Amino acid sequence: MSNGSILPLRLADVSFAVGGRPLIDRVSLEIGAGPSTIILGANGAGKSVLMRLMHGLLSPTSGRIDWNVPERQGAPRKQAMVFQRPVMLRRSAYANVAYALKLAGIREPQRGVLVHESLESVGLLHLARRPARVLSGGEQQRLALARAWALHPEVLFLDEPTASLDPGAAREIESVIKAFDAAGTKVVMATHNLGQARRLGDEILFLDQGRLVERASVGEFFSKPQSVQAAAFIKGELPWA
Amino acid sequence: MSEALSTALALLIGLDAKLIDIVLLSLRVSLSAVAIAALLGLPLGAAIAVSRFRGRQTVIVLLNALMGLPPVVVGLLVYLLLSRAGPLGALGILFTPSAMVFAQAILILPIIGALSRQAIEDAWREYEEQLRSLGARRMTAALTLLWDTRFSLLTTILAGFGRAAAEVGAVMIVGGNIDGVTRVMTTTIALETSKGDLPLALGLGMILIAIVIAVNAAAYLTKELAQRRYG
Amino acid sequence: MGLIRRLFLLAALPAVLPALAQEKFIVVASTTSTEQSGLFGYLLPVFQKKTGIQVRVVALGTGQALDLARRGDADVVFVHARSAEEKFLAEGHGVKRFDVMYNDFVLIGPKSDPAKVSGGRDILDALKKIKSASAPFVSRGDKSGTHIAELDLWKLAGIDIATEKGRWYRDTGQGMGPALNTASAMNAYILSDRGTWISFKNRGELAIAVEGDKRLFNQYGVMLVNPAKHPNVRKDLGQAFVVWVVSPEGQKTIAGYKIGGEQLFFPNSK
Repeated sequence: MSNGSILPLRLADVSFAVGGRPLIDRVSLEIGAGPSTIILGANGAGKSVLMRLMHGLLSPTSGRIDWNVPERQGAPRKQAMVFQRPVMLRRSAYANVAYALKLAGIREPQRGVLVHESLESVGLLHLARRPARVLSGGEQQRLALARAWALHPEVLFLDEPTASLDPGAAREIESVIKAFDAAGTKVVMATHNLGQARRLGDEILFLDQGRLVERASVGEFFSKPQSVQAAAFIKGELPWA
Repeated sequence: MSEALSTALALLIGLDAKLIDIVLLSLRVSLSAVAIAALLGLPLGAAIAVSRFRGRQTVIVLLNALMGLPPVVVGLLVYLLLSRAGPLGALGILFTPSAMVFAQAILILPIIGALSRQAIEDAWREYEEQLRSLGARRMTAALTLLWDTRFSLLTTILAGFGRAAAEVGAVMIVGGNIDGVTRVMTTTIALETSKGDLPLALGLGMILIAIVIAVNAAAYLTKELAQRRYG
Repeated sequence: MGLIRRLFLLAALPAVLPALAQEKFIVVASTTSTEQSGLFGYLLPVFQKKTGIQVRVVALGTGQALDLARRGDADVVFVHARSAEEKFLAEGHGVKRFDVMYNDFVLIGPKSDPAKVSGGRDILDALKKIKSASAPFVSRGDKSGTHIAELDLWKLAGIDIATEKGRWYRDTGQGMGPALNTASAMNAYILSDRGTWISFKNRGELAIAVEGDKRLFNQYGVMLVNPAKHPNVRKDLGQAFVVWVVSPEGQKTIAGYKIGGEQLFFPNSK
């Protein structure tokens, strides 16, 4: 069993079509360890589809997606995803995190330790016994982060994690993400929020109509966008740019 | 009508021993049948809900259709199975409560299977992405959803119990309505009606309805309280 | 979790709850009229007290009862249709037939008596009058002993009821009680055994129209189902029942059954 990193993730000429319409159009890219990656684009650009392709929830209609070390059935997953709307089981917050660990085959007492750590890292330890579904939107999203992070994945995918939250809750989520990033987890996040991209990202992958149009560091992307679409997007989102 | 009410009250207040036996037997048979049907039907419904296979739509339509199985037809089929002349005759359970439990379990299995399939399929739509993302395989997810939809499933189980407690066609044929052995509320009502003792039959009918309402009310309250707690 | 555990426990109940399995018992296939008359409720406890054997009566129409025994699902048959019983015996399903008791049929009719038969003592005459008046008549139509007796009486009256019936003749396919209910609702004539009529509570406008004709005599017979053909028959226990029912003690008990001071069944075993 190889203990090597699952990164880099390579996409080779990946397309995803539904009913003949390509939602992702011949995208090739490589995601490596280190800088947090932001998938940026307008609504409908294909960010969510690309995230799901990378995470493995969708299969490409053509092209290849390869991790450095292929995922094994039954082995604990080394990459996790947080969705825009968290889906919690009708159990306590604690039990929801423990569920993810149980699926990975983690037993007591180690499981309890990990749940504890995870809840603490997102500041939800005091709500551990509360039924997850009665928590507020922001608390549930933090719980989702705790659940995703409990297995200490190498890569954390986040699909517009704050889009449904109020600014206060969004801020809390962002600080958790930053903490995970600092702890060494590779963060890959989809967003259409430019401010968030600047706050959390190191590099930008810009999507337009299913194509990867531009890739640059955050500084370069915002100061000197290379593509027409990127420039238009930045201008549209920031009327004063 | 009023004669029926006073007959019913007299029976209840007098705690007529025979009536109590009949009521207990009715509950024992129908609750046992529901338990068996739930044990088999819930996993069945869950498995169909999360699976994709050829002919799935046909199976679903069939399962839904079987909810309307006429009890008297089930009774006849089970009788032919359990008769000494039939394949399971050696079991010797014809004309015993076990045969009645068997027949009613078959009768309500489609109800529990079809309704749980619907509930879990609806839940699957909400949970599928997240559960697959966490690495849950289909069957694990099915079990997880069975537990998560437990409050809707309680309603499903109740529907099954209601159907079992109310039917007379199946238990009459496979039980034989034997005095003191296989006589339940519904067959007693049928018997008393055919003897022309309508007030008694009506009285018993009211007791049966009261019992079914009580069971439903208890379960509804449990569901409401639990839902408030768990969300 | 609590719910699932509760369900498991309930499912185990039938296995755990004691009792019916271990007792000595026999299954007797009999007729609805015999059971509904209340005779069994009176007779069987006496037998059980003496022998410890529980008698489980499955009450159907005579035809059904005999068919049940043909399939091996009963140990003893106790019915009232001589010709059907002889056929049963000839087919090898029964061991030996014994006369047990007789009761009689009565012609029931509406008090308004459209066919003008009330008070008569000639059943054949009454049936002819009912047919010519096209008065409503309810038949059991279920191959029961009563139904067979009814058909025999039409034949004796010279009427081929199968071809000569009109809309006045209602073939219901029901047991005695339900058929009486129907007749009561329709104010129709109906042939009934006296026992069921006496215990019947929903009489409406009906009353006895014709009785006492010797042709209304209804003979009951009892047979042990043949263990040679049906090895599962509880032959010792079943034989004990047959023997007791025709014994002086059994016969005396039968005669002792009365409703409203009236004896319903007349023992006549030889």
